[in-house]
Amino acid sequence: MNAIFYISAAIAVSSTALAISRLNAVHALLYLIVSLLAVAQIFFILGAPFAAALEVIVYAGAIMVLFVFVIMMLNLGPPAIDTERRWLTPGMWIGPGLLSAILMAQLVFVIAETSAYPSGYHEVGSHAVGLALFGPYVLGVELASMLLLAGLVGAYHLARHDFRKRDKGDA
Amino acid sequence: MVTIPVSHGLLLAGLLFILGLLGVMVRRNIVFILLSLEVMFNGAGLAFVVAGSRWGQADGQIMFMFLLAMAAAEVSVGLALVFHLYHRGHTLDADAISKMKG
Repeated sequence: MNAIFYISAAIAVSSTALAISRLNAVHALLYLIVSLLAVAQIFFILGAPFAAALEVIVYAGAIMVLFVFVIMMLNLGPPAIDTERRWLTPGMWIGPGLLSAILMAQLVFVIAETSAYPSGYHEVGSHAVGLALFGPYVLGVELASMLLLAGLVGAYHLARHDFRKRDKGDA
Repeated sequence: MVTIPVSHGLLLAGLLFILGLLGVMVRRNIVFILLSLEVMFNGAGLAFVVAGSRWGQADGQIMFMFLLAMAAAEVSVGLALVFHLYHRGHTLDADAISKMKG
């Protein structure tokens, strides 16, 4: 089981290094998603399954999709189709695909071997997290909700301002 | 049976943080700077979860969730600014913003 941690750690570090050294934003995103999945696997190994699920759903799901949206929106128009075709060449998928295949193999191994479930560390499940979150940390939840509202309003305001100016034709 | 030393988990978190910091300092494309910031958040979150699982407490995961909320808010505003910047100057170069007045 220790080997799974070290393999995942190696995948996380190498894919992060590849992500920040890519010249192309979409290629970097592919490697970054692999890095986030590797970190999610480490969370699972460490006995934090709820954090692992959140890492996959919120980080690798929502935040990375936001990045993809913006990168795709920044180059609209007919040349963009050619650009995307050049970005997503079949050869590009080999690196991230290989790394995530290793992660997948590890995940299948962990699930198949039921006795291999993390036992060295105490598992802190979603029940304990939920009880603590809405018990002593309820003020933090309120603050986080206000922060998210501020982020929503800020993003809406910035984007709306941009479109209004472009409609007037001076942008 | 998992018997990973806490120091190895924290080392990995530090390594991820340093890689993100390197990206923020080296890259000049503003999208890559935001991506590297996400890597740094991720390293910090990993440190929280490693420490939380060391003591078998839920606090580490709760801090990770707050960090997630903060990262989501940061990235939404940051990407709106990127969008704004691109439509103003048709560039994603972070150095171009240094020519702003006020």
